[in-house]
Amino acid sequence: MNTRRWPGGHRYLLARRLVQVTVLLTFYGTAHWAWGIAGRPLLAGNLSSSMILGTVPLADPFAVLQILLSGHWLRWEVLAGAALVLGLYAIVGGRSFCAWVCPVNLVADGAERVRERLGLRSGLHLPRQIRYVVLTLSLLLSALLGIAAFEWVSPIGILHRELIYGIGFGAAALAGLFIFDALVLRHGWCGHLCPLGAFWAQVGRVARVRVAFDESTCTQCGDCLKVCPEPQVLNLKAAAQAGMVRSGECTHCARCISVCPEQSLAFSWRAHIEQTASAADHNERSPAS
Amino acid sequence: MTTDAGRREFLRRMAQSAGVATTGGLLWAYLLGQQQQVSAHALRPPGALPEADFAATCIKCGQCVQACPFGTLRLAASGDDVPIGTPWFSPRDVPCYMCEDVPCIAACPTGALDRGLPAIEEARMGVAAIDQESCLSWQGLRCEICYRECPVRNDAITVENHPRRTSGHAVFVPLVHASHCTGCGICEKACPTELAAIRVVPPDLVKGRIGDHYRLSDGSGPGSPGATPVRGEDQGKRVPGLDYLNEDTP
Repeated sequence: MNTRRWPGGHRYLLARRLVQVTVLLTFYGTAHWAWGIAGRPLLAGNLSSSMILGTVPLADPFAVLQILLSGHWLRWEVLAGAALVLGLYAIVGGRSFCAWVCPVNLVADGAERVRERLGLRSGLHLPRQIRYVVLTLSLLLSALLGIAAFEWVSPIGILHRELIYGIGFGAAALAGLFIFDALVLRHGWCGHLCPLGAFWAQVGRVARVRVAFDESTCTQCGDCLKVCPEPQVLNLKAAAQAGMVRSGECTHCARCISVCPEQSLAFSWRAHIEQTASAADHNERSPAS
Repeated sequence: MTTDAGRREFLRRMAQSAGVATTGGLLWAYLLGQQQQVSAHALRPPGALPEADFAATCIKCGQCVQACPFGTLRLAASGDDVPIGTPWFSPRDVPCYMCEDVPCIAACPTGALDRGLPAIEEARMGVAAIDQESCLSWQGLRCEICYRECPVRNDAITVENHPRRTSGHAVFVPLVHASHCTGCGICEKACPTELAAIRVVPPDLVKGRIGDHYRLSDGSGPGSPGATPVRGEDQGKRVPGLDYLNEDTP
């Protein structure tokens, strides 16, 4: 596992960090250094809702869904923004947000690093499905209490806002999250509890971009399973059948792609994967050709 | 037997999960209730919907904060006495300077700041209240700074003269008219006392209401909605000496 080539083996990790930091920096630069073009703010707002150059709105569809369920109609701007973001992640995979954009990923990956270094084992076991309970509760409580339930307690929101708008006591919430992930439950927040991740996992079911799996070169060494933060998605039997990772819970973090010594895993378009699969199917059925 | 045991196990698990979800849900709901408290010291931006609707509709993006050219607004961090992530301001630090084009409202993507606000003068962020015991004017000094700083001077704040018992001179005291006060807090910012003697607070904290049976039969009269401010005898006239600093303003 330590034979990864540098920097080639870390290509995706570097790319992810670059995207995460660029997103944060663009928000921060617009807020504090008046970044913009021709007087138009480059990226005003934050991950909840933002505006590119004063023209293209973006919004968090999960936050918008909660507000709508709380019984409040919203301006078209934020609805269009949410639709745009939803469309984007429906293409690249819902949980790409988790691995490529969400600032909490930096904290969670840090906790995982510490856990690895110290050789810690989970003291607690929780079913990963619990995130769907939290997701359901978010929506239910939004409707019952008339306020966006998760937005009011979200550690993602706290971290992101306080990174952009100044530090409050949010650091405490994040220290809690870090300790929970590092000492109590491996991948505790992102992999078990986060309702936003659960929401994006549902969107990920229709994703166009997928991790393609080539069974013919796989040696079943299991390295991919060791590095995957959501190992249940790497069901190699099902993946072999579909030619790709099917679960929406895959975060597209590409750790498996980087670690695979046989390069059996790679990003690809779903349409392309299905086409190849059906072509192979066709060849098998008519050996004459 | 085995199917029975399986069924029992299944039901037990279901009951357990339901229990966990209910406990979690109740805890969460309690937390949300705690979060909704807004400090009376925190004012909302102009055009904000009534607090409950505002809190629900605000998506906590901070675009109003970035649009404000004076750095008035800030987003509540954890630890502030304001629902987390929502915009507020404290006028003694930086008041609202009442921009004509109201950029904070224009920046709000959700409508939590209402674009239906016809003009910034119609904003009701709060209402100024005067502590007569520390107001310099009420002590007989010629201060009236709040009156002169007020952007809707002569409507939201007027100066009344009260005869003084001990001398032939009068006392000139500021009087706030809630029907015109936008709650911008420029008066609070300008007040020269160590702690401001004039402060902007949420109207429901200080505003009383005259019972309907005390109103005139046509619904008009003091305290009725839309009533014009009751002013002293000098209404509409410039008082020489009092208004000398604004002699050339209309």
